[in-house]
Amino acid sequence: MKRANLQKLNDAYSDKFGFSMPEKSVLSFDFGLSQKIIADISTSKNEPTWMREFRQQSLQVFRKMKLPSWGPSLAEIDFEKIRYFIKNTDVEKKTWAEVPDEIKETFDRLGVPQAEKEFLAGVKAQYNSEVAYSSLQAELDEQGVIFCSMEEALQKHSDLFKEYFSKLVPAADNKFAALNSAAWSGGSFVYIPPNTHVKRPLQSYFRINAARMGQFERTLIIADEGSSANYVEGCTAPVYSEYSLHAAVVEVFVKKNARFRYTTIQNWSGNIYNLVTKRAKVFKDGVMEWIDGNLGAKTTMKYPSCFLVEEGAYGEMLSIAYAKSKQIQDTGAKMMHLAKNTSSQIIAKSVSLDGGQSNYRGLVYISKAAANSKSKVECDALILDKDSATCTYPDMKISGENAIVEHEASVSEIEEEKLFYLMSRGLTKTEAMTLLVAGFIEPIVKELPLEYAVELNRLIELEMEGSVG
Amino acid sequence: MLQIKNVQVSLNKKNILDKIDLSIKKGETHILMGQNGAGKSTLAQSIMGHPNYSVKGEIIFAKQNLLKLDPQQRAALGIFLSFQQILEIPGVKVYDYLKLLYKTSHEKKLTPLKFKEFLKERMVILNFNEEFLTRSLNHGFSGGEKKKMEVLQMLVLEPKLIILDEIDSGLDIDAIQVVASAVNFLKKEKESSVLLITHYSRILSFLNIDVVHILSKGKIIKTGTASLVTEIEKKGFTNFLKA
Repeated sequence: MKRANLQKLNDAYSDKFGFSMPEKSVLSFDFGLSQKIIADISTSKNEPTWMREFRQQSLQVFRKMKLPSWGPSLAEIDFEKIRYFIKNTDVEKKTWAEVPDEIKETFDRLGVPQAEKEFLAGVKAQYNSEVAYSSLQAELDEQGVIFCSMEEALQKHSDLFKEYFSKLVPAADNKFAALNSAAWSGGSFVYIPPNTHVKRPLQSYFRINAARMGQFERTLIIADEGSSANYVEGCTAPVYSEYSLHAAVVEVFVKKNARFRYTTIQNWSGNIYNLVTKRAKVFKDGVMEWIDGNLGAKTTMKYPSCFLVEEGAYGEMLSIAYAKSKQIQDTGAKMMHLAKNTSSQIIAKSVSLDGGQSNYRGLVYISKAAANSKSKVECDALILDKDSATCTYPDMKISGENAIVEHEASVSEIEEEKLFYLMSRGLTKTEAMTLLVAGFIEPIVKELPLEYAVELNRLIELEMEGSVG
Repeated sequence: MLQIKNVQVSLNKKNILDKIDLSIKKGETHILMGQNGAGKSTLAQSIMGHPNYSVKGEIIFAKQNLLKLDPQQRAALGIFLSFQQILEIPGVKVYDYLKLLYKTSHEKKLTPLKFKEFLKERMVILNFNEEFLTRSLNHGFSGGEKKKMEVLQMLVLEPKLIILDEIDSGLDIDAIQVVASAVNFLKKEKESSVLLITHYSRILSFLNIDVVHILSKGKIIKTGTASLVTEIEKKGFTNFLKA
């Protein structure tokens, strides 16, 4: 790709997605990580003793643990240069009218108000480290659904919170889970009562708006027996030259006969390390679906998993990775079959261009206890130029009887014949490329909420304009 | 309208076409026949601008030198080529795609409702079920459906020059009649010119033919009227070429 085009693309990208509003933080702490800073976070949130202790213990775990020995290099992350907590507004806002104009403007540019209109179920928007705005529709209250910030849940629903918090992703799971456990701030808490069906998606918007700020949101979801719901989160972040870190933890409990879908579109700016631990525990005949789109960030490492712990549980992962210049998307999924008659499916699609690298890294584990289980893995990579690369690391550990495991992988390029075909019908090269890339990821995009699908297709169009010289 | 003058085409330095002269006037229908490997498709693809071919000589269309234009620019001038090998484009919805084709080829904007009417009118000509609009372009289509989808794209683009590369191969007689009526529709509405490549005379009985060209081993060896076709039908190519 020509340098001028790259510049043009960056400018356009910066203009469209990389805006940042002036910071106006009510309270913020010094850089670096210490027992005192962690204690200050606890104090500012007025946390109970068990959480104060949990944070301090997690900090010790974090200090002892090493960075992963595999995958992309994380050596550039300087944990002392990260600001661990910023509180943006001192109280949560209940109505839209009370939301500060500055924040509204940010949401405007992100297109949130439209989503607000369409998805009256309640917008949870995270601005910096805390939930800045939350409006819960009466509908949710009536159904007994809890959808609030983690901080609020810890205060108001402490028993429920304590029963599930950190039970699926313990601090010692990995270094970044430990960091999150010590410094977590913000994120959503969701509880769906038994046999309750939430029709409209529960939405949240995440955003990093301060340089050197670590964002460690924490999400905890419990879908009780026979319930169903969708959760949607999306993010577009400003461009900064300094390195930033996003290390989130998501825990989802899908009880007997429940269905839960968790959709993420991640479009962090090119300086961010996006290292997220997402895990679901699925009980008897429960269904868990992860839909994960990773478009931005400098390096993404994310492998959502499903622990299928009771008979008939089903786990699914649909993912798109989009790796541009200087980007590594190292993503995949883990399906842990721990009971008989469990099944799972992974469909991972990636597009690499302008020197980007996308890897699929996945694990299908079928334990001895998981007789008659089946799993299907499909990885398709599309490479748009010779500077870009893709790798597949599929791992399978199978000891259960009568297991059926399928794995298919393909790597393709944009075929000249297809470009000629479409151009001969009057489409420009950019239009033809956009169409072919959009067509490639369509099986995943069609599962996204409409405005995300539209935004994604627009983004690809913008990228193609930049890359077709 | 179209003037091909002393054209030589090669692929990987291998000569495929030589000394081709051919000109088509507005509203004329020309037939190009010849044995397999004679170079018929190469000529069609060279007019459209396939990047693999190196073309020498002159191809003029609407007073423009086509050899300086890429396929998109040629299409924008009003040239259409139906492919022999029709590619499948998964994930691209037929309706969205046709809307895009309409936009690139028409100045006049249509409301979604009017565009649907415009499409419906054309799908009726082709006996095409509306269900196809929601499918992926050519993906999982039968051979006949793919051919009809090519013709539907032609009807949306309303080209000035229609090049059909064996559009009738593999079609039953009813489908051939439908394709011919689509071509006649554009000839009537838009006074389009046609260059039709075929092995069979069946489609010709539904069209008014002005000129027939016979291509053999990369050269046009004979140009004449519709009666040439009857002659070839009787004798077969090999005998015709010997004579």
